[in-house]
Amino acid sequence: MPKNSKSKINSEGKRDFLIISTYTMAGIGAAAVAWPLIDQMNPAADTLALASTEVDLSSLEEGQAITVTWRGKPVFVRHRTPEEIKLAKEVSLDDMRHPETDEERVPNEKFIVLVGVCTHLGCVPLGQKSGDVKGEYGGWFCPCHGSHYDHSGRIRKGPAPTNLAIPSYEFLSDNVIKIG
Amino acid sequence: MSKSKFKNPVIKWIDHRLPVFSFMDHELNHYPTPKNLNYFWNFGSLAGFALVTMIISGIVLSMNYTAHVDYAFDSVERIMRDVNHGWLIRYIHMNGASFFFIVVYIHIFRGLYYGSYKAPRELLWILGVLILLLMMATAFMGYVLPWGQMSFWGATVITNLFSAIPFVGESIVTWLWGGFSVDNSTLNRFFSLHFVLPFVIVGVVILHLVALHRFGSNNPIGIDVKGTQDTLPFHPYYTIKDLFGLGIFLTFFSSAVFFFPNFMGHPDNYIEANPMVTPAHIVPEWYFLPFYAILRAVPDKLGGVLFMFGAIAVLFVIPWLDRSPIRSSQFRPIFKFFFWILFLDCILLGYLGAMPAEGIYVILSRIATAYYFFHFLVLFPLLPYIEKTKPLPISIAEPIFSGSATASAFAVREKK
Repeated sequence: MPKNSKSKINSEGKRDFLIISTYTMAGIGAAAVAWPLIDQMNPAADTLALASTEVDLSSLEEGQAITVTWRGKPVFVRHRTPEEIKLAKEVSLDDMRHPETDEERVPNEKFIVLVGVCTHLGCVPLGQKSGDVKGEYGGWFCPCHGSHYDHSGRIRKGPAPTNLAIPSYEFLSDNVIKIG
Repeated sequence: MSKSKFKNPVIKWIDHRLPVFSFMDHELNHYPTPKNLNYFWNFGSLAGFALVTMIISGIVLSMNYTAHVDYAFDSVERIMRDVNHGWLIRYIHMNGASFFFIVVYIHIFRGLYYGSYKAPRELLWILGVLILLLMMATAFMGYVLPWGQMSFWGATVITNLFSAIPFVGESIVTWLWGGFSVDNSTLNRFFSLHFVLPFVIVGVVILHLVALHRFGSNNPIGIDVKGTQDTLPFHPYYTIKDLFGLGIFLTFFSSAVFFFPNFMGHPDNYIEANPMVTPAHIVPEWYFLPFYAILRAVPDKLGGVLFMFGAIAVLFVIPWLDRSPIRSSQFRPIFKFFFWILFLDCILLGYLGAMPAEGIYVILSRIATAYYFFHFLVLFPLLPYIEKTKPLPISIAEPIFSGSATASAFAVREKK
């Protein structure tokens, strides 16, 4: 009896091992097949290649703004007036939802560069054109759900959780920037 | 509520209200299947696998494809070069079409050899021929989408077949095109139909399976199942056999996808469609070649089209052309001999379809076409009168369990 039951246990252990390893291999195989089908929805090589844009700011007068496209999104560039710069720098960070100083956000204080997408639900805020509503803080105002941004693109009032994002960019010369 | 066969309380609860689990248990688990099926019975499930592969890879391709004459070709090249794993998905779809036809053609020849179309499985057979027809339409329209030279000229030639119809032919062709040549409207509707027809195929496949499960599979000796001693439960006996066959199939399929992805294609289709220049030698995809050979064998435009469609139409009525009550070729020596002649005839037609329509090829095409119709229209009805058939076994179990050792093993299994 002992010998018999021992061999039975062994064969059951062997069977469990075979079943578990079969299912494991099948699972790995299924995942390997599924991955290309999922990954094809990620950005393709040509989409990733469109990652940088150069902008000439020499004709941008004080107080004017332009919107350029980068990775299919609007990027706001505004030439700020001295008063706007002063306001942006002097305001207290205490009451801000997402406290950041103007120096952290704007390396060249004359030109502010922002991703023009509201951090709430992705609408494009108003404030680029001269006639636009600029919100209570004079920067940008999102018409979708009423988020107010200041001259530094910081969220001051409304539902947006964070400040307008800053794209990675660099000044190639005094008046030319490369975004991305 | 009768005693449920399920232990899991959630499954039990659902099954009482929506008996999907009972259905699956009945049709995929207990489903009694003749115990003597050989590997030719794998090709039904392989065809189902191919259909699902085509639908999944096709849905994924459609996410990256643009159905417009100016962008279609480039969008396919973008899939090949830029889209993540796009080359793999497209090669799976391209070669999947060929393998789907390989599997389905073997499935059809298996049905012909073992007489699987005979009563009571006539509708099962007819639904199968309908699936073949839908597959051909779908494959043809799919081949147009990459908008290469073969796409364009294949579409032009095949749609022009309809111009052979007397009186209304030209209007029908204009209607098919949505213009006066194969153009953007044609490409758009072909994309739409190529997307939707596979789901129609799925619907007909479901009917095909319902009809199959009504009387169960035919079997190599072609006699009816007489009781449980003749059958095995589908699971695990045939699930495991189907899975093993699937492994073999995938080995071949993967070899093609990874090592010879363009073997069954035509290089001219990597040249963008040009409505001003026809390629020197137009051939359809290999799975249409036998029918293409029949089309060209007939020296009359309308006649050629009628014979080509007739070659498929005749398959619909085979259950009534073959009057012999014996299903399997194993017991019909003359039928079996001519089956292989028909098989070679179809291969020959396929070869001739790929050759230029001149000289000896035309003559051979005519002979092969004549034989194709002779086989179904003359031989099938005539054979039962002249053929001396071999004696049928009493049951499926009888020839297997003549040895006593296996018979007693069988008795033990039955008791459990």
